Amino acid sequence: MGEIWQGLTAAFRLIVTFDADLVEITLRSLQVTLTAVAIACAIALPLGAWLAIQRFRYRRTVIALLNALMGLPPVVVGLIVYLFLSRQGPFGALNLIFTPTAMIIAQVIIVTPLIASIAHQAIRELWADYHDLLISLNATKRQRMATLIWDARRALMTAALAGFGRAIGEVGAVMIVGGNIDHVSRILTTAIALETSKGNFALALGLGFVLIGLAIAVNLMIHGLGRTEREGTW
Amino acid sequence: MTAILPLQVRAAKVRRRGKTIVGPVDLDLTDVGTTIVMGPNGAGKTTLLHMLHGLARLSGGAIAWNMPTPEAQTRQAFVFQAPVVLRRSVRDNIAYPLILHGTLKSEARQRATDWAERVGLAEALKRPATVLSGGEKQKLALARALIREPQVLFLDEPTANLDGRSTREIETILKRTAAEGTRIVMTTHNIGQARRLASEVIFLYRGRVHEATRADAFFAGPKTPEAAAFIKGDIVE
Repeated sequence: MGEIWQGLTAAFRLIVTFDADLVEITLRSLQVTLTAVAIACAIALPLGAWLAIQRFRYRRTVIALLNALMGLPPVVVGLIVYLFLSRQGPFGALNLIFTPTAMIIAQVIIVTPLIASIAHQAIRELWADYHDLLISLNATKRQRMATLIWDARRALMTAALAGFGRAIGEVGAVMIVGGNIDHVSRILTTAIALETSKGNFALALGLGFVLIGLAIAVNLMIHGLGRTEREGTW
Repeated sequence: MTAILPLQVRAAKVRRRGKTIVGPVDLDLTDVGTTIVMGPNGAGKTTLLHMLHGLARLSGGAIAWNMPTPEAQTRQAFVFQAPVVLRRSVRDNIAYPLILHGTLKSEARQRATDWAERVGLAEALKRPATVLSGGEKQKLALARALIREPQVLFLDEPTANLDGRSTREIETILKRTAAEGTRIVMTTHNIGQARRLASEVIFLYRGRVHEATRADAFFAGPKTPEAAAFIKGDIVE
């Protein structure tokens, strides 16, 4: 109980003093996660819509595979991305290993199936409602996908938030490909892991509370921007 | 503008899971009037409309408009029994077909506003379409169907779930639309409505066209016992 209290105190102190390291780590966490989620959304939302409207052989298999990929072990993803980006790997020449870019790549791989799968579920239901109308109006495939993505935007925001939640709290993959290098690739989760391993529980807890606060703040902000619940019937 | 009518339907049929739902059907649709498709439940009325509009794939036979089918399909509109409303405002719902086909958003919204006034939805322009009543949703669907000024309008029991007042309002819009030159093809169970609106009647029974004739002739002397029983209000299975 004492350590939790000390953690709260540490978190409070770090926040009110605008601790330089905390601000840097927090901003890097946000940069990596938000970039990864934005890229993942750009891939996953059209993919989810396409899977909802397109009929092709092995479609069910692809959807089942996508759903299975939601549970991708981050450490394995980290390991594979590491092998690809390491000096001896096929993309070693790009010098991306132990950089925030490598962490973004790993997070995109982890959250894209999650967002695509939730998006597919939401859009599939909407497609059942819209199918005859959009066919009747001679909408092209691209127009159908755009309409479905726009009209399912609130459900898709939930998908993006689920992706954000998974990415912001992810530690295994980003630790492997980022290396947790101070002032380069250290983010909240890897810093928490480091402080815990050093036995510095109060600071680790403090960072943990900041992380939770950050996740809640981003969720509230996106809900606010998306006007969720205010026009819930849309 | 080239007319898409007359329409010729020859030996057209739709089969699903090995069962013939409609057909073979032979029909001619000329360029005036309102055709009401009648028949008992399961007769294939909805499938017939879907087939004519291109929503149901032909299993045999042919449908020939007075122009290539892809072009003809852009000059038709369809109103479904359960109105489909997009999760947008009333105005954006009505404007949607125009925007889809390249009209500028500002112009599309202006025309949507005009059409909302014509169907009595002017007060609801900025409301989410999903909160409208059943009658209002159907009026929205009508305005959205009519905004591109189709030459043929298909309606699948558009007043099936509406009260008397909403039905009358929809019928008024349909009469005005027909008077302005749009060819209407509509299914209904309501014999009174058929009498009020129809210039032609197609009586469908077990997927086949039993009668396709002028409305006054149909109601005065149906030629088949099934049609006669249907008009009398007897149960026709």
